[in-house]
Amino acid sequence: MKMTTKAMLVLLALSTAACTRPDRFGGANGADGMANGGAPLGNTMPAGNGGASDPRSAAYFQQTVGDRVLFVVDSSSLTPQGQATLDAQANWLQTNSDYLAIIEGHADEQGTREYNLALGARRANAVREYLASKGVAATRLRTISYGKERPIEVCSNEECYAKNRRAVTVISVGSLS
Amino acid sequence: MKNRFMIAALAAVLALGTSAPVLAQGSPLRLTITDGVIEPLPFAVPTFTAETAGAEQLASDISRLVAQDLSGTGLFREIPSSAYISQMGAFGSPVAYPDWRAINAQALIGGAVAVNGDQLTVKFRLYDVFTGAELGEGLQFAGTTGGWRRMAHKVADAAYSRITGEGGYFDSRVVYVAEQGPKDNRQKRLAIMDFDGANTQFLTDSSAIVLAPRFSPSGDRVLYTSYESGFPRINLLDVGSVTKRQVATAEGEMAFSPRFSKDGSRVVYSIANGGNTDLYMSDLNSGASTRLTNAPSIETAPSFSPDGSQIVFESDRSGGSQIYIMSAGGGEPRRVSFGEGRYGTPVWSPRGDLIAFTNQNGGQFHIGVMRTDGSEERLLTTSFLDEGPTWSPNGRVLMFTRETQGAGGTSALYSVDISGRNLKEIPVQGGASDPSWGPLQP
Repeated sequence: MKMTTKAMLVLLALSTAACTRPDRFGGANGADGMANGGAPLGNTMPAGNGGASDPRSAAYFQQTVGDRVLFVVDSSSLTPQGQATLDAQANWLQTNSDYLAIIEGHADEQGTREYNLALGARRANAVREYLASKGVAATRLRTISYGKERPIEVCSNEECYAKNRRAVTVISVGSLS
Repeated sequence: MKNRFMIAALAAVLALGTSAPVLAQGSPLRLTITDGVIEPLPFAVPTFTAETAGAEQLASDISRLVAQDLSGTGLFREIPSSAYISQMGAFGSPVAYPDWRAINAQALIGGAVAVNGDQLTVKFRLYDVFTGAELGEGLQFAGTTGGWRRMAHKVADAAYSRITGEGGYFDSRVVYVAEQGPKDNRQKRLAIMDFDGANTQFLTDSSAIVLAPRFSPSGDRVLYTSYESGFPRINLLDVGSVTKRQVATAEGEMAFSPRFSKDGSRVVYSIANGGNTDLYMSDLNSGASTRLTNAPSIETAPSFSPDGSQIVFESDRSGGSQIYIMSAGGGEPRRVSFGEGRYGTPVWSPRGDLIAFTNQNGGQFHIGVMRTDGSEERLLTTSFLDEGPTWSPNGRVLMFTRETQGAGGTSALYSVDISGRNLKEIPVQGGASDPSWGPLQP
């Protein structure tokens, strides 16, 4: 029973996290600079200075730990570099256990819309499974796919595509207060 | 059938030179549409008669729109009024056929418009110039002046249908995604328009991503993927009242790619769970759901056969994405696409004979059609990014999304005849994607 209650609390927390709208472009605040790796997460910040120099901050996670991994064309396999980033993410998430994460899967524009949604789901799940295998509780992780709907680079060549084929770990505090 | 058209076409060509009326005698006004139609059938639409004071503008607008609809198919060519030798008399009065033969009009459309308050009446007659007889009975449509475009489309549908022997598609609507803003901050909302881009109405705001809407078979509702809840879910929107609700689906992290069953009571769609995407079916009223596929690969973009017995979909179970067909209840699918590259977004033709699809090959995208056994594949378009075909109600035309490349890339709606001819952009204000072509309106 206790386990169940705890799980429900985590679920509640997750749904609260969902209310922060992982859709960072379509939300009421419009586009923000998070995709460039610098913007704070607004009112979901924990106590503390929250700046990039604070190792417990979301900004630190984004900039120093690295919030994203990249994929090759039409693949959801983690690269060695991606695994190294996720090792650091797993460490950080275990240290900062009050954070929850929504893992966003993205695709480049070479592909049809719905296939890319499914491909993004694969990529997000690959990250979730890896983080879970490194000890991050699966209940703290949730996935979403944006397919090709949210490119961060706009050119139509491999230089941009490579950056758009990504999974981004977006963290927020799961506190209900 | 083909010969019949060729005679007509031959007559049309020869008529430009000598004794056309003699050659043309006994060649009924009938255009059999085949892949070989390259000579559009010449027709004339003299400005409809205004039967009431003040109806002149609408009479002119309606006759222009009828002509535009027919010319827009690429199957007909309008003879300009400057070439007319005589004018039409009062509606229903005898037609001076020799004068129309002399300018090589094969079809002649006469009409009359009456306005009383906001009530609009449109009458029309279609004449087969070379046989010197009316083709079909005169027809009359009544409505309001605000609906004048629909009445013009109905006249054009009737003319198209009588001449080709096939259903028309002008009095129909398209639901699509209206787009605004740069690629890295694109705002999307659902919109509905007439097939020709007129009468746009927005159905949602752009506060959440909306994707890939689909019209119900009767055109009264729309299914689409929405991020309104923060995560991809399926919404059902009532077009008349513009009210929407989230559809109950099987459990899953993401629900997307919804399509109506043929009777409009069920939805087939994709669920992604643990990174794996499969197809499910749910009853729109009870929410009861069935799993249709169970494979570690991606199964998405389903489309019912017109009789509702089969579902065509895309799957990457063999590596790259390909097109498969299975029973509507699920079960082992058979692969139907075997050409070069990757295949996706299969859509079953309303006539049942063809499957339209997106093909990605050699760095380009194509819209294509194939028979339901995968044979006779033809790629109709080529561009940087073409995707997501939708069928006209008569199965003759495909509309799809074309995106241009680069930082300034935008989306637009295009249509192409299934022969590969008559490729054109639909005039839509702003960016547009993911069209779904609804049925002919009642």
